[in-house]
Amino acid sequence: MNNLIILPIVIPAIIGALLVFFAKSQKIQRFISVITMTAILFVSIWLSIDVYQNGIQVIALGDWPMPFGIPLVADMFATVMILLSSVVGIFCLFFAFRTIHPNRERFYFYPFYFFLIAGVNGTFLTGDLFNLFVFFEVTLIASYILIVHGSTAFQLRESFKYLAMNVFASMFFVVGVAYIYATTGTMNIAHIGLRVEELGQEGVLNVVAIVLLFVFAMKGALFPLYFWLPRSYTGPPAVVSALFVGLLTKIGIYAIIRVFTVIFNHEISFTHNIILILAGLTMLVGVLGAVAKYDFKSILAYHSVSQVGYMVMGLGIFTPLALAGAIYFMVHHSIVKAGLFLFSGVAEKITGTTDIKQMGGLLKTHPAFSWLFFVTAMSLAGIPPLAGFFGKFTLIVPGLSEGHYVVVAVSLIVGLLTLFSMMKIFSYSFWGRQKHSASQAKIKTRDLLVAISPFVVTTIAMGLAAEPIFSYFLDMAHELLDPSIYIESVLEE
Amino acid sequence: MKWKTNNLLFIHVTRIVAFLILTFSIYLFFAGHDDPGGGFIGGLMTACSVLLLYLTFDKRKIDEMLPINYVYLIPAGLLIAFGTGFLGILFADPYLTQYFDYFTLPWIGEFELATAVLFDVGIYLGVAASALVIIVTIAGDE
Repeated sequence: MNNLIILPIVIPAIIGALLVFFAKSQKIQRFISVITMTAILFVSIWLSIDVYQNGIQVIALGDWPMPFGIPLVADMFATVMILLSSVVGIFCLFFAFRTIHPNRERFYFYPFYFFLIAGVNGTFLTGDLFNLFVFFEVTLIASYILIVHGSTAFQLRESFKYLAMNVFASMFFVVGVAYIYATTGTMNIAHIGLRVEELGQEGVLNVVAIVLLFVFAMKGALFPLYFWLPRSYTGPPAVVSALFVGLLTKIGIYAIIRVFTVIFNHEISFTHNIILILAGLTMLVGVLGAVAKYDFKSILAYHSVSQVGYMVMGLGIFTPLALAGAIYFMVHHSIVKAGLFLFSGVAEKITGTTDIKQMGGLLKTHPAFSWLFFVTAMSLAGIPPLAGFFGKFTLIVPGLSEGHYVVVAVSLIVGLLTLFSMMKIFSYSFWGRQKHSASQAKIKTRDLLVAISPFVVTTIAMGLAAEPIFSYFLDMAHELLDPSIYIESVLEE
Repeated sequence: MKWKTNNLLFIHVTRIVAFLILTFSIYLFFAGHDDPGGGFIGGLMTACSVLLLYLTFDKRKIDEMLPINYVYLIPAGLLIAFGTGFLGILFADPYLTQYFDYFTLPWIGEFELATAVLFDVGIYLGVAASALVIIVTIAGDE
């Protein structure tokens, strides 16, 4: 029993509720938000250290005995993810202070910000399949509100699709959960893992695996089910897009990795090959969309689809190094892509448009902004020594040694196209003739850049510290590939 | 918005039925500890009884009669629900652990006190208030 695990979920939930009372006061809301996010960050770090030193931590809510009670499980994978969510959360918060319109602040922006964090952390920590569904819903309901917040016509139209998609996926989630309960008679992820091992993963259990893969693929925007993402992520303000791309698609990928390492890990030739094929197609289709687009935010959104492919590619290869690479890539992508979305917000603030054909000459008028963007974009494209390189490198090496040549070839081509479309943004909007007016050229971006720079610093630091990070992530990958550790520590609680 | 209803029968029935529903919702709320019922369904039924009042009388009149901003009741309910969870931590048990004991009082006899009821109060407030906020906001839109 370790009550520390509950804090990353309960703190943001309580503060979110509390902030509703202060909705009219900008100052108090900001003050409380900063303190809370810092507290969550410290709790996440503390929990990570605790898990690293003492192994998997479990708490059975309400003191009900396992496997009947609802467990929260903090293993190394989960703690890395909550650390990521608090880092992205705190960085985005400072950007929100400078960009979110006071009207939005008055209409409960911060409460839903914290409910989103609570839901995301809950998804990462829960050890119960039905509660995974519940926390997905908590996250989604907060995201429905954030995505439609401000109610422009574009936002309303796109968020309706987003909502319809997610409600549909959630319905299938419940169906999948019902199948699992019908076949294994339990909802506890560790217990399901044990039962599936005893029953043998064949027939109906493979069907269940595919149903769950379908659900999480929809939430995580994998190949045939990615179409809702690009447009719905371009509607809301930059900070909300950044938060979504940093956290929301990650909970889908997290759920895929969790379910396909603890529960469905006995028919790798079947399930993980499907995952690998989907990974290749996702990468390719996503990046083609990005190559074709000329809208700053759309390009970034299509890239997020493409890069989801890399994350599940690591799961499909299913070796320790590939899994470590996949999780490293998830962390790298959250940081870099959230940063890039914030950069698109700054560019929009300067030029008043997101169409890169109508931008130009930003390098001349805003050099600091341009070079910071350049570094981040190069990290996304995978140029050493930035973080993106190590993410892709550690996916491609095990891909080659395991003989998945096609996916490796696809990922290399996609890397090249990523570089191409990043250069496209750079050459259109930063080089060339100045297309924004002289008064726009005088817009100061220093405050905004200070708010984004933590993202840039983090991606550089992740690249420079790749060696220690990978030794940590390899430990985590070994823990993931041996589900008996997870299962035993939960069921012994 | 003005709701022009002047149906005599409706008004008189509502005056009685709304309070019957309210009473039954509170009964359901307490029954939920051991039997079907609980904070969620109790809250929904309470919202129904208030909505019946809204339907029958003018929105303005009900707002005067019940000068409550339902929006604040939702986080209040959430805070109560999350807050009672900390009782477990206080006694060095897992979060959300509930405690109960039996007491005997003159006249009433033996009865049970459980901290789970406090949690349910939070749910009750949250559900009733959110149902009301949703419906009254949509209906009050001009």
